[in-house]
Amino acid sequence: MASTKDRKVVEMNTFAGLRKLPLWSWIWFILGLLYFVLPLYGTLDFSLRMQRDVIGLKAYHMAFADKAFWQTFGYSFFLATMTIIVSICLIVPTAYWIRLRLPEARRIVEFITLLPFVIPAIVLVFGLIRLFSSPITLPVAGIVLLPPLTNTVFGTNVLMVAGYMVLGLPYIYRSVDLGMRTVDVRTLTEAAESLGANWYTIILTVILPNIRASLLSGALLIFAIVVGEVVLASFLGIKTFGPYLLLLGQQRSYEPAALSFTTFLMTWAAMGIIQKISGGQGHVAGAH
Amino acid sequence: MAFLVINKVNKAFGKTIAVQDFNLELQKGEFVSFLGPSGCGKTTTLRMVAGFETPTSGRVVINGEDITNKPPNQRDVGMVFQSYALFPNMTVAGNVGYGLRIAKKPVNEIKKRVDNMLDLTHMSEFGDRYPYQLSGGQQQRVALARALALSPQILLLDEPLSALDAKLRVSLRSEIRAIQQELGISAIYVTHDQEEALSISDRVVVMNNGAIEQVGSPFEVYNFPQTSFVANFIGTLNTFSAEIIDPEQCTLKVGDQTLAVVHDLSAKQRGEYVSIAIRPERINFASADQNNNLLEGSIKSVTFLGSIVRVLITCGDNMLCMDIFNNPYLELPKTGQHVQVACPREAVLVLDK
Repeated sequence: MASTKDRKVVEMNTFAGLRKLPLWSWIWFILGLLYFVLPLYGTLDFSLRMQRDVIGLKAYHMAFADKAFWQTFGYSFFLATMTIIVSICLIVPTAYWIRLRLPEARRIVEFITLLPFVIPAIVLVFGLIRLFSSPITLPVAGIVLLPPLTNTVFGTNVLMVAGYMVLGLPYIYRSVDLGMRTVDVRTLTEAAESLGANWYTIILTVILPNIRASLLSGALLIFAIVVGEVVLASFLGIKTFGPYLLLLGQQRSYEPAALSFTTFLMTWAAMGIIQKISGGQGHVAGAH
Repeated sequence: MAFLVINKVNKAFGKTIAVQDFNLELQKGEFVSFLGPSGCGKTTTLRMVAGFETPTSGRVVINGEDITNKPPNQRDVGMVFQSYALFPNMTVAGNVGYGLRIAKKPVNEIKKRVDNMLDLTHMSEFGDRYPYQLSGGQQQRVALARALALSPQILLLDEPLSALDAKLRVSLRSEIRAIQQELGISAIYVTHDQEEALSISDRVVVMNNGAIEQVGSPFEVYNFPQTSFVANFIGTLNTFSAEIIDPEQCTLKVGDQTLAVVHDLSAKQRGEYVSIAIRPERINFASADQNNNLLEGSIKSVTFLGSIVRVLITCGDNMLCMDIFNNPYLELPKTGQHVQVACPREAVLVLDK
């Protein structure tokens, strides 16, 4: 009951605040809105006009009827899921450990996570191909430590996920770190420790549930990067959604527009889900 | 043997010494408060007992077992934090039952224990709520219930009431004491609030600069402070530097006024200076009693504080603070008025250092 009442008060305050906005704020707001909405509307309108003088969903039917669409999208979806899982497994304990035990290392790690912004993906893919397309052997003994990864589907998938992890690093690390800033990680950890929990249990039962919104944001960004990524997939010769969309754009007109709009709707849906799931997460222990 | 022994514990962070030569023995069921200003080492000492800090040297022994190097999750110690530290993703019942679930207790036992703890802390109706739906006082009750659910050997409370308003602090501290006595659990309570420490503790450990200044019952610590720090930190106090006139007769001189004390000064020399202290409530307007020390001065200010009236009197170069009970039917003394005040000989404390 109390929460419903609180929500009403917040809504009333929000509307009261909006009414108080000066005219210039409204003008800028409307201009900004048009900047984003007009291209979207243009894409939607274009995607619905595949048949002359008829507004219809033919472009959507055609796009979804293409087997290659489902195959590439499914494959990208799989790679994105794997990247998200591996990234979370790597980044959450790292960010947690840095926040708790190695705060002085934070700047170095932040710098490392920003490197993908500076180093182009083409450099990364050439590096990966150069290093992992031939076997890695011990210098003197000649024992093969790692066979060439590019020779097998599994090995290529591993390379793809590793590459995507690097590309998504700035987003997932920042999301997780921001999430940990909003909860008092240290005190919650100590509280759980005093109740007998070990670090593994603490991360699983206390930390992860309390940064779920940040994790979802990071995961969504990784998903978007992986689904739209072209360079890594093209050079490794993998048929993912990114190169498919690129190829489709070169050959067709209406289907790419339909797929772009669909992708946009999916992003909105994902953001809605995040909003829904993180609804109660603004409340931190101790806050009232 | 004592239930908890903190033996020659030292803690340094780099070059900064946080705790030095800390020795304390705590009996089963005893409630001890660590009292001192910010940065005096009280929380660090508590955290060493909890296992969140490792002593640089020394030992912590609970019930005969040396736990100095044991991790916090194996110490069987309950802790209540200043910021409550409730898990935001769990309900009240989920929070209270967390430790029991970690200990893999049977579901029925967990439910029963959670109900008992919520009942004990008067939170039975709030089991399904989340921490953000509770007030600060309620959150702290839940934190207490959670810490007690595992029946720990020792309960540690790190300034648990400092985030609450004054009235709630008073009522909650009484509840904490009542629960501790009901369960017969040993407890260490860290606070910088002297009233809080004095009102709920069996013993008070007054700390300053990482070291213990005095350990004693609240009565002892308040009435017979051993050092000027304790005297000044606990309650309001008049402190003066006094010259010994006659060590045999136990007489001292403050400015041009002579005071007699009951403290043994035979080991001191005539002309030597000592620190003396007088509580404001031990001073009164002069009566005919010849045993009292008499002091003269003029009133500098009169402050009405509700139950008491605080009068500041200029006595030569010194300022004397006097507290008198509020009486609505008596006229308040006036600023500038020349007065004679008195205090018993035994009210003048000679401090060791």
